[in-house]
Amino acid sequence: MELFLQQTVNAFALGGTYALLALGLAVVFSIMGLINFAHGELMTIAGYVLMYCGLAGISFVFAVPLALLASTFAAVLMERVAFRPVRNSSGATMLVTSFAVAMILQVIFQNFISVRSQPVLLPEALSGSITIGGLVIGVNKLVAIISTVIMLIFLDRFLSKQKYGIAMRAAAEDFAVARLMGIRANTVIAGAFAISGLLAGVAAILWVSQRASVDPLMGFTPVLKAFIAAILGGLGSLRGAVAGGFLLGFIEIYLAAFLPPALQEFRDPIGLGLVVLVLLMRPNGLLPAASLKAEKV
Amino acid sequence: MVQPLLEVRSLDVRYGAVQAVDGINFEVEQGEIIALLGANGAGKSSTLNAIAGLVPTFGGEVQFDGQNITNLRPEMLPGLGMTLSPEGRRVFGTLSVAENLQMGAFGMKDPQEIAAAWDRVYTLFPILAERRDQFAGTLSGGQQQMLAVGRALMSNPKMLLLDEPSLGLAPKIIEQIFELITTLNQQGVTILVVEQNVSMALEVANRAYVLANGQIATSGDAKELAASNNLQNAYLGGA
Repeated sequence: MELFLQQTVNAFALGGTYALLALGLAVVFSIMGLINFAHGELMTIAGYVLMYCGLAGISFVFAVPLALLASTFAAVLMERVAFRPVRNSSGATMLVTSFAVAMILQVIFQNFISVRSQPVLLPEALSGSITIGGLVIGVNKLVAIISTVIMLIFLDRFLSKQKYGIAMRAAAEDFAVARLMGIRANTVIAGAFAISGLLAGVAAILWVSQRASVDPLMGFTPVLKAFIAAILGGLGSLRGAVAGGFLLGFIEIYLAAFLPPALQEFRDPIGLGLVVLVLLMRPNGLLPAASLKAEKV
Repeated sequence: MVQPLLEVRSLDVRYGAVQAVDGINFEVEQGEIIALLGANGAGKSSTLNAIAGLVPTFGGEVQFDGQNITNLRPEMLPGLGMTLSPEGRRVFGTLSVAENLQMGAFGMKDPQEIAAAWDRVYTLFPILAERRDQFAGTLSGGQQQMLAVGRALMSNPKMLLLDEPSLGLAPKIIEQIFELITTLNQQGVTILVVEQNVSMALEVANRAYVLANGQIATSGDAKELAASNNLQNAYLGGA
């Protein structure tokens, strides 16, 4: 029972990180139909900012906002430079563009920073643990869960109460009509990228705080997982992305903890098999996007 | 003569090799109700969408209120005083009624003007005030049409473009929609309406243009058109 609770905490921490990343992908996809595979490189950028801040002796308290600022700014810049010129192209064109952006950034990291993994200085408090009711919980896990909850609440408030948030929901549902209302396409898309950059930054800090290192390809695996999570939840659906992220986190952690040792080798195929099973039962994902539902009617 | 509020000159719209609108000319004077009629595929919606900037024009010019708005981005129009209520209503189904209306007033800054717009729309459509917190997707077709028009009115436009407002609605609701067009016109809104329902449209309109194959087949005073058989010819392709 104790092991189960322990692993549940781990699942929430990992699932939360996936959820934040999947949300970032979903926010952009819901607005402009782009699956941004360069999302992972936004994480890497935030990771390197943390690393350099550590080297420069800047306190972690300041390094965190700087890292978030960097990934947010990088996301907006990415849209302006790479994605605006292909905005009205097919989904495939935009997808390939995002691969190109990802690879260019990876090569830049490899050549100008280092091919190898670099250590990131973290505050000692993060590697400590606290005991709650006999349960030993790593501070970094707790921070991950709390940060995820705060980000989800912040995003929900923004999208449901703020004028620009409502405009983003409107644009996600019907972009052309949103423009007819006077909602500027450029503003909404830049806003979507800024949010996705911020989410990638938070996810990067959580990711790095579990590993204390950053490397040029750091973003690839988590974003691939986030992409699976977004599909699992229903591509373009924000609630779906969160649900998919947590579900994937739970699947991975529980399989790692409770699968017999002989089967551990097959953990990933079994996990992805479960994902396929869910999609066979719900082909549009757990909580499909409204626009997708509308097309089916 | 005073300059017309909307002036369309040699408008050309093409989708690849398909010529949807073929060099049409027409104008709408301040305070008029103009009907744009024609069979399916005649180019009516393409004309409205080109005026609103939703589809690019291939050639020609659109002047609105003394400004050249040809190929202007659609988000600029409400600020100039023109809104389009699109075909099929296209309310934001996952937003509440009030949020839909709030989006209609997106570009407005003056709080007094915004408050007046809410008042006007809720007075015109009490049902929208009653259902303000409901998701727009759960409204009936007629209520969604009212919401679509109400949303378009929130920016306090001089001119309203209506694309097939009666589409798919019950006859009783259609009557309400056409009454509404007259009411709005009396409030000073100039209206350009695309319609399949020819008899109702000609009843409320001052003048009408009939499109066939992307060209204006016939035009004139609505009452005279209703009485003549030019209209039938245009629909049957005989003109």
